[in-house]
Amino acid sequence: MIELLASRYTYVLMFVLLGIGIYMTIASENLVKKLIGVNLFQTAIFLFFISMAYIDVEGASAPIVPHHGEPGEVMVASPLPQVIVLTAIVVGIALTAVGLALIIRIYSEYGTLREDTLREVRADE
Amino acid sequence: MNSGLVDLLPPLLIVAPILAATLPIALGLRFDRTGWSVAAITTAGLFAAAGYLASAVHAGGRVTHTLGGYPRTYGIQLVADQFSILVVLLVTGVATGVLAYTRRGGPRGNTFYTAYLLLVGGLLGISLTGDVFNLFVFLEISSLATYALVSSGDGPESAVAALKYLILGTVAASMYLIGVAFVFMATGTLNMVELAEAIPNAERQTLIQTGFAFIVVGFATKVAQWPLHSWQPSAYEQAPDGATPLIAALVSTASAYAFGRLIVTVFEVDYLASMPRAASIVLTVGCVSVLAGTVLAVIQREVKRMLAYSSVSQFGLVITAYGVVIAGGSETAFTGAAIHLVGHGILKAGLFLSAAIVATSYGARTVDEYAGLAKRRPVVAGAMAVLLFALVGVPPAVGFVGKWYIALGAVEAELWPVAAVIFLSTMLTLAYAARLLEKMYFTPAAGAASARGHGPDTVATDGGDENGDKGREDLASDDGAVETPLAAGVSYDPTGGPGRDGSGRSPDPVSNGMVAVIVVAAIVAVALGFAGGTFADFLEPFLTEVFN
Repeated sequence: MIELLASRYTYVLMFVLLGIGIYMTIASENLVKKLIGVNLFQTAIFLFFISMAYIDVEGASAPIVPHHGEPGEVMVASPLPQVIVLTAIVVGIALTAVGLALIIRIYSEYGTLREDTLREVRADE
Repeated sequence: MNSGLVDLLPPLLIVAPILAATLPIALGLRFDRTGWSVAAITTAGLFAAAGYLASAVHAGGRVTHTLGGYPRTYGIQLVADQFSILVVLLVTGVATGVLAYTRRGGPRGNTFYTAYLLLVGGLLGISLTGDVFNLFVFLEISSLATYALVSSGDGPESAVAALKYLILGTVAASMYLIGVAFVFMATGTLNMVELAEAIPNAERQTLIQTGFAFIVVGFATKVAQWPLHSWQPSAYEQAPDGATPLIAALVSTASAYAFGRLIVTVFEVDYLASMPRAASIVLTVGCVSVLAGTVLAVIQREVKRMLAYSSVSQFGLVITAYGVVIAGGSETAFTGAAIHLVGHGILKAGLFLSAAIVATSYGARTVDEYAGLAKRRPVVAGAMAVLLFALVGVPPAVGFVGKWYIALGAVEAELWPVAAVIFLSTMLTLAYAARLLEKMYFTPAAGAASARGHGPDTVATDGGDENGDKGREDLASDDGAVETPLAAGVSYDPTGGPGRDGSGRSPDPVSNGMVAVIVVAAIVAVALGFAGGTFADFLEPFLTEVFN
């Protein structure tokens, strides 16, 4: 168990981060913090992808082809997760931008960032 | 296997709308109204290309394109086969139809058409991709465009609805991504065909089961299954009237298609059947959504909200069909799911367009306000009645064919509770459809005037109490073909929420073209019902390949 934790500690970290992210999304009343929670949640998944590539190949280095060294001598992490995470990060940025734009609109219309206040304001109307 | 031009069509179908999406904004710097023309040319071209691709697929089997020439083990492959081409035809067809409506009725402005084209591009990407990670990217592209479309409604409520949708939709897509991560960890590939070979042979089966669990949760949210549907009614209700038909008909449909694709192509039916509790979980999610969705639809007062909850139950039927496919390996149920996806897309587009027309001309949004519609607008009411009956599943409409195949599959697989749920949901669907039909055909319009008489101040803005009332009398005797200026004035009755149609335009009477679109939708819904057998024949090569 200890050994497993020692070698797989990144996975544990990622899932703690994932939990914090989803908890923030659900529990925080502040809309901006909610969005930060979503971001944290996504980032945890990105890191999960990255660490996965390193752990499956023992002692791997970054997936950049070295200009010295014999072929087969250097262990390289799988580049595929890194490439797809790059795409996922771009998607995440776009989502954050749209989310923040919506929050700005909500703030200018209702004058609040808190979800509970927002609920009251909308119920009054 | 195919050569030349056909091979290039799948990437073209995705790239063309996304590139064209930049044009309305770019041209908008110089010219005022280019958005619609650009969108019209693009979607019409896409529809033609989809038709050509469909004939090629029908004649020669699946068409594949390897992007950039990288082998599929680490590159991205685009695949058009019998199942995906159905969704491609639906997406392009509905997009063209809704676009025809928005020329007169819909939201205007170049940014709207940019989002429109982006959405179409994303949805076509979902349909055509052969790579599970690429599927995530396209899911997010189409979702981003949908958030923008939902928030383009005029009222501040639309921003709240869009933000709710954004947070839930993002978490859902992330859940799917976690599922992909687990499956990738166990197999080391992202291509659907490669995955199908690698999954049963993978060493770490627990990873794959966990991955499938995450994927189910992700898609249950994206497809709006109870209890994860809560984003959907407010998003559909708050979106501009011209955008709701597109979103309602296509966005969840594409997600449901993707889920079906993962079940039959990636995980494969035999493997899922051996996975503990996979079938029962999918079946339960579907059946509960069918019942919860219809019950919630029955108690709604707003027509758009009612139709939104009805989507929850109709997609529940599709997910139930997938459950039957897993549990019983039933080809029939899968055919039913495919037909129901296409049929429901057309029906919901038609129904939301009708609701948009009624809202544009009378500001009527609740079921009560639909009273006497048959007298005032016989054509709209007629088309709406046909669409509602099709939704209930009255033969020969397409709604019946899909349900029939699903129910038949359930009976063949001896899943009697599922058959009972389908029967019960039909009854409940009839309950809310009948409520609307009764209002339209058998309640006199005078009832409507008193029903929405709670706004003398609003009438005053239309030029005085008496005039307003007279306008309504005119309306009541109007046969619907001719619009009086007064009737146009009444259309801004803010009991329905002013400008929630999100266009901020001056009062426009409903054009014949707008009515023609929903009449075409109704005709297509019935015609496709007669073509049910053709659907099954068309899917046959795909089914024999998948179910061996």
